Amino acid sequence: MEKEKLLHLRKKAAQMRRLIIEGVYNAGSGHPGGSLSCADILAYLYFDKMNVSPDRADDPERDRFVLSKGHASPALYAALALKGYFPVEEIKTLRKLGARLQGHPDMHTTPGVDMSTGSLGQGFSAACGMAKAAKIAGRDYHVYTLLGDGESQEGEVWEAAMFASHYKLDNLTAFLDYNKLQIDGDVRDVMNPVPLDEKFRAFGWEVRTVDGHDLAQIEAAVNSGVAGRPLMIICDTVKGKGVSYMENAVGWHGKAPKQPEYEQAVKELDAALAEFAEVE
Amino acid sequence: MADIATRVSYGRALADLGEKYMFAVMDADLSGSTQTKMFADKFPERFINCGIAEQNMIGVAAGIAATGIPVFASSFAMFASGRAYEQIRNCVGHTHLNVKICASHAGVTVGEDGATHQFCEDMAIMRSIPGMTVISPADDTEAYAAIEAILKYDGPVYCRLGRQAVPVVFDPATYKFELFKAVPLTQGEDCAVFAHGVMVDRALKACELLKTKGINVSVIDTHTIKPLDEKTVLEYAARTRNVVVVEEHSVIGGLGGAICELLSQKLPTPVTRLGINDVFGVSGKAGELLDYYGLSVDGIADAIRNSVKNKDGAKK
Repeated sequence: MEKEKLLHLRKKAAQMRRLIIEGVYNAGSGHPGGSLSCADILAYLYFDKMNVSPDRADDPERDRFVLSKGHASPALYAALALKGYFPVEEIKTLRKLGARLQGHPDMHTTPGVDMSTGSLGQGFSAACGMAKAAKIAGRDYHVYTLLGDGESQEGEVWEAAMFASHYKLDNLTAFLDYNKLQIDGDVRDVMNPVPLDEKFRAFGWEVRTVDGHDLAQIEAAVNSGVAGRPLMIICDTVKGKGVSYMENAVGWHGKAPKQPEYEQAVKELDAALAEFAEVE
Repeated sequence: MADIATRVSYGRALADLGEKYMFAVMDADLSGSTQTKMFADKFPERFINCGIAEQNMIGVAAGIAATGIPVFASSFAMFASGRAYEQIRNCVGHTHLNVKICASHAGVTVGEDGATHQFCEDMAIMRSIPGMTVISPADDTEAYAAIEAILKYDGPVYCRLGRQAVPVVFDPATYKFELFKAVPLTQGEDCAVFAHGVMVDRALKACELLKTKGINVSVIDTHTIKPLDEKTVLEYAARTRNVVVVEEHSVIGGLGGAICELLSQKLPTPVTRLGINDVFGVSGKAGELLDYYGLSVDGIADAIRNSVKNKDGAKK
């Protein structure tokens, strides 16, 4: 990846992290940990890879993104706001009565959301459906989806995994946000899904494993698809990435920072953003 | 005319409509039973077998529908609506997508397979989902016409189909199916009998039997359970002041429940609910089972006669 693009995407991810904290803090609830862990993946998709734009939001040929781990909605909303689907200020209305930004993504209220999600496992199936629909209708778009590692404990994930390879959905790319934590603790202690790479390979997928905060690695993996097979990119990530006290801390799955914690997070995230002051 | 199962009408309708309209059909390894095979043989590129994975089937159906292609998704009622309930609620109901869940082998007339396959609560759970249309066609003519109607309707639908061959009630040459509109079949002032699905024919036969005994009954085919045709229900309840509901479904939450919800608020009227009385099914032949659960022609006639007796008693 060329340096200019890398810096541009890193800046977008830093801006997203700042908006995630802004949204969750103003809501007084929400899921910061798993939103921060996937910010780089979404930054790459929305600001480089995907063929999407707010001025043709309903274009049938556009690429699709399904946030199967729907609780990371603050990350999706941050990407969509920065992309221009709605005003950045609107992030402060997250989870409030009457707001367009629902607790979990809603395709009918929030511009740019391709599928309503929230109940785990289901978005993955829907993404498979969108990819299959492209094959039926002879369309060229690509479907991207993001799963959580805890989410892989849902049986439906494996039903969908079987479906995607059976129907040779090479227009489907899935990311698995392997941040290693779920509500009750380490995924390996709660219900061990490891080894995820071998499992998906056995289900007929092309599998890559990357550092989920390394944009160049993400890009290389996304572009390494193989005809006739769906692509799974297992992203090694840090839950709470970018806010020191949230990183790898199990308690920050579904909790909003209080004011002093918010101020600390803002200080850290603003400092990270300052690095990109000169970047487009 | 020979008896025909509504699942066969469904298969035939899909195969015919496939020539005129763009839509996809999905199944979960039961295409021979649900009759989606008729479509699969003709349009293999638009038929998607999901294997025995109903939850994924509904999620995939939602994804396809989200791109603008309507989808019919089929399995047995037990699995199509029960196993995949939450996927239906969240991926199809909340999103209000164009997914038509057409479930065959509903009720006790699945027969010998027994309790695990006899789903008598499907209408109740589907009806509780906001925005979900719930229908249960009575015969071949109505089922065939209903499939085109729900394809043209924009939104999610649950359509209940039967395994067992049932008599043809409606003349295909003259019958015009109207979604959401109940169909009065006979006129009588002693009782209003609301029925859906395979029970419509039995209700009509009970009505004929009672006529010979001087009891006159209005039989209303209530193919759309949700949204309920409130106007027709209220009109016949007002006229007869005596309502009987006959359905191959639990007495909880189906058409009987829906009618009680309406009448209790707008026109308090005695309602007799005939159906599966909050119990699980057992193995047996389809016809035997309907008789066993009090849904024989004689059983229905007896219940209607009792309701008329109670009504006359109340007057005195």
